[in-house]
Amino acid sequence: MEPGLYHILFLSTALFFIGVYGFLTRRNLITMLMSIELILNSVNLNFIAFNKYLWPNQMDGLFFSLFIIAIAAAEAAVAIAIIINLYRSHNSIDVENAEDLKY
Amino acid sequence: MPNVTAIALIPLLPLAGFLLLGLFGRKYLKNSSGLIGTVLLLASTILALYTAYEYFFVYGNVGGVYQKFVPLQLTWLEFSPGVSIDMGLIIDPISVMMLVVVTFISLMVHIYSLGYLKGEERFPTYFSYLGLFTFSMLGLVLASNIFQIYIFWELVGVSSFLLIGYYYDKPSAVAACKKAFIVTRFADLGFLIGILILSFSGGTLDFSTLIERLTSPESNAFKTAAASTFLGASALTWGAALVFIGGAGKSAMFPLHIWLPDAMEGPTPVSALIHAATMVVAGVYLVARLFPIFSITVPGVLEIIGWVGAISAIIAAIIACTQTDIKRVLAYSTMSQIGYMMFALGVSNYGGEAGLGYTASMFHLFTHAMFKALLFLGAGAVIHYVHSNDMKDMGGLRKLLPITHITFLIACLAIAGVPPFAGFFSKEEILLAAFQNNMAIYYIALITSGITAFYMFRLYFNIFWNKPHHAHGENKSEGGFVMMLPLILLAISAAAAGFIPFGEFVSSDGRLLESHFHLSFSIAPVALAVVGIFTALWLYKKENDKPAKFASSMGGAYKAAYNKFYIDEVYLFITKKVLFNLIGRPAAWFDKNVVDGLMNLIGTITEYISEGIKKIQSGRVQQYAIYFLGGVIFLAALFIYLLK
Amino acid sequence: MNGSTIIFYLLAAMALVFAALSVTTRQIFRAAIYLLFTLISIAGIYFWLQYEFIAAVQIVVYVGGIVVLIIFSIFLTQQTGEKLPKQKTDRKIFAGLAVFAGFALTILQIYQHTFFETDESAITPTVQNIGTKMLTVDNGGYALPFEVISMLLLAAMIGCIVIALREKKNIEPQRQEDREEHKRIV
Repeated sequence: MEPGLYHILFLSTALFFIGVYGFLTRRNLITMLMSIELILNSVNLNFIAFNKYLWPNQMDGLFFSLFIIAIAAAEAAVAIAIIINLYRSHNSIDVENAEDLKY
Repeated sequence: MPNVTAIALIPLLPLAGFLLLGLFGRKYLKNSSGLIGTVLLLASTILALYTAYEYFFVYGNVGGVYQKFVPLQLTWLEFSPGVSIDMGLIIDPISVMMLVVVTFISLMVHIYSLGYLKGEERFPTYFSYLGLFTFSMLGLVLASNIFQIYIFWELVGVSSFLLIGYYYDKPSAVAACKKAFIVTRFADLGFLIGILILSFSGGTLDFSTLIERLTSPESNAFKTAAASTFLGASALTWGAALVFIGGAGKSAMFPLHIWLPDAMEGPTPVSALIHAATMVVAGVYLVARLFPIFSITVPGVLEIIGWVGAISAIIAAIIACTQTDIKRVLAYSTMSQIGYMMFALGVSNYGGEAGLGYTASMFHLFTHAMFKALLFLGAGAVIHYVHSNDMKDMGGLRKLLPITHITFLIACLAIAGVPPFAGFFSKEEILLAAFQNNMAIYYIALITSGITAFYMFRLYFNIFWNKPHHAHGENKSEGGFVMMLPLILLAISAAAAGFIPFGEFVSSDGRLLESHFHLSFSIAPVALAVVGIFTALWLYKKENDKPAKFASSMGGAYKAAYNKFYIDEVYLFITKKVLFNLIGRPAAWFDKNVVDGLMNLIGTITEYISEGIKKIQSGRVQQYAIYFLGGVIFLAALFIYLLK
Repeated sequence: MNGSTIIFYLLAAMALVFAALSVTTRQIFRAAIYLLFTLISIAGIYFWLQYEFIAAVQIVVYVGGIVVLIIFSIFLTQQTGEKLPKQKTDRKIFAGLAVFAGFALTILQIYQHTFFETDESAITPTVQNIGTKMLTVDNGGYALPFEVISMLLLAAMIGCIVIALREKKNIEPQRQEDREEHKRIV
C-alpha cells in the first residue's frame, strides 16, 4: 500500500505515546527529557505531514515545525541547566528525590 | 407640649452612668464611681419631677382629660409599610407617675448604697449595674410600643440577674440569679408569643394604635382576631392571657413567684430597688398599659388576673407569717402587695367611676414603692448592723438603731393600713373596688390585710423588741448620714403619700376620678389591722414560748406554710423528675449521638477525603502527569462519545 | 510495492523501534544513542517527504545540538555503566494502560476522520521560498515570530547561565540545613 497521510499520522501517534510512556515511567530526569524530545518530534512530524498532504500550497506547517525545533532547543538547554543545578544540590537527578521541591 | 430633651435625658443619664462606670469605673473612677452614679441620677430625678410637674399642671390636662403624648417616635426596624418597631417615648399619667417613682427610689437606693457597700471591691461595677437597671426600667416605662417594652423588659431582667448575682462567689447567690433568670425568661416566652398574637391581630406594635384597633368592635382587626379561635378561646384572649403570663412572671405572681424570695441573695439596696419597688411592678404596669384591651375586649382574662392576684396575695401573706429570714418576709410581703395591685386591676372596669380599681392599683403601686423601699432599706440597716438575716440574731435593737426603728415603724404602719399612713388610703380604695365588683375577692383581701398587719408587726417586734440584743462588743453606729437620709426621706413619703388626691391624676380613661371616703367602710379593714398588730404584740413583744406553742398547735399547716407550701418542691419534681427524665435525657441522647454523630461523621469524612487528597499532592511530577493524562483521555472520550 | 514505499516503512520501523528502546533501556547512554537513531530516522522521513530543509534543520539542531547536549549532561551527572533505577511495576502498568487508551482513542479518531485536501497548485519548500517567507512582514510573513523566537533563544541562553552558575559556597550548607529542617517539620 502506498504510504500516505494516515501512515505518517499513525507513526507520529505511536511516537507520541511512546514518548508519553517514557515520561511517565522514567525516573531519571535526563531520560524524561529525552521522552519530551520524542513527543516534540512526533508533533513536528504531524505538522509536516499535514502541510505536505493537505495544504501543499502553503508553508505554515513547515514554519511551525521550524519554530518548534527552535523552542525545543531552548527548552532542552534550560532543562539541562535545571537538571545540573538539581544534581548539585541533591547529588541525584532522580525525579523521586525532587519531590521536596513542592515545599 | 412636652419637652422632648428633658424626657429623653431621664433614661439616658443613667445609661451614660452605666457606660462610664462600666467601661472606666474599675480603672480610673474607683473612688468616685458612687458619686458619679448618684449625681447623674439626681439630675435624672429632677428632670422626672420637672416632667411630672409640667405634665400634670401645665399641658397634660386638656378639657379635663389627661392626654397621651408621644413626643418622640423613631422608626427602628421596618418590616413592611405600617409594621415597624419604633423607639418612642410615651407620656401619660401612669408613665409620668412611674418616672417619678423609679427615679426617686433609685436615687434613694444610690445614696443608701454609698454607705451600705462602702469598701466593696466591685463598687464601680455595682453602680454601673444600678445605672443599667435604672435606664432599662425607665425605658420600659417610657416605651411607646409593645416591642420596645419587651426589649427593655429583657434588659431589666438581665440587670436584675446581674445584681442578684452580685456576690458571685456565694453559691446560693449564683443559684438564685440563675433561678430568677430562668423563671422570668420562661414567663417572657409567653409574653413574646402574646406580643406576636396581639400585634398580628392589630397589625401594629404601637400601643395607642393597638388599643384603638383592638377595643372597637367594628374595626376589621378586631373582627378577624375575634373570629379566629384556638382551643375554644379567641386569638385575642390567648394573646392577652400570654402577655399577662409575662407580667405575672416579672411580678412574681403565683405560681411563677418562686424566684422572688431567692432573689433576696442580692445586696439589700438592690432588693429594695428591683425586687420591691420597681421591677416587680413592671407586670402591673404592663397590664395597666394595655388595660383597655383587657377590660373591654377580654374581660375573661381580666377576671383571671383578679383571681391570680388575690390568690398570690393571700398565699404570700400566709407564708410570710412563718419565715424567719427578714428579707424573705419582706419578699413575700412584696408578692402579697403586688397581688393586691393585680386584683385591683382585675376588679376594675374601664372608664368613669367603675375604673376605681385601676386608680387604686396605681395608687397602691406608688405608695407601696415608698414604704416597701423603706422597709428594705431599714432591713438593710439592721442587717448591716447585726450581720445576719435571721430574726434569731436580732431583737432589742430599738435603742441601738433609733432612726431605723422609727422609720421602720412608720413603714410597718403604712403597709398594715393604719390611718393616716400611705398604705391606708391606697388599700382602702382597692378594697372598695373589690367590694363593688367581686365579694369573694373582697373577703380574701380583707383577711390578707389582717394577716399583713400581723406578719409585719411580727417582723417589727422580733427585730426591735423581743429579747435584748447581745452586743458583740463592737462599737458600731447605725450607719452614716448617707444611709439615714434615704430612710428619713422615704419615711416622710410613706407617711404623707396617702394624702395625694391620686384619682385626680391617674384614672383608667384620663378623666378626673373623685375618691370618696367612707368612714363606715374603713372600719372593718382597720379593725382587722389593729387585731393583727395586737396579736403580734402579744406573741412577740417579750421573748416567750407562746409562738412556738402556737406553731405546734397548728401542726401540719404551719409546716406547710414554713416550707412555702412545697411549691418549690413541686417545681423541682416537675423539672427534675418529669422534664429532665422524659424530655431532657432523650434530647441529650439525641444531641450526643445523632446530632454530634452527624457532625463527627462529616468531620471524619472530610478528614479521610483530605487525607486522600493530601496523598495526591505528593510532589511527584510523574504522578501528576498520569493524572493529567488520565483526565485528558477521560474528558476526550466523554466529549467524543457521550456528549456529542 | 516500489522502492519509495519500502524506504518509508523501513524508516518508520526504525523510528518506532529505536524510540521504544530509548524509553525502555536501563542504560542511559544507550538510551541517548537510541534517541539519536530515532531522530535520524525522522529526519529521513522528512527527506522522504521532500522537505529537505526541515530534514537538514532536524539533523543540525537535534542530532548535532540537543543529543550532544544530553550526552554531555549525562557525562556530568552520571557514572557511566551504572544502570538506571527500576520503576515501580504498578506505575508501569498504569502508565501503559493510560498510554494504550490514549493511543487507541487517537488512532480511532484519526481513521474515522476524513481529511480534505486543497486542490490549489503546490509550492516547493525550497530554501529560497522559506527564506522569503520567513522575513516577509506583510500578509502571511513570519518576520514577527522569527524575531520573537530569537528573543526567546537569547532569554533561554541567559537563563541557562544564571541557573547553572555555581552558587557561593558559604550559602550552600545553610540551605541544605534549612531543607533538612523543613523536611523534619513537614
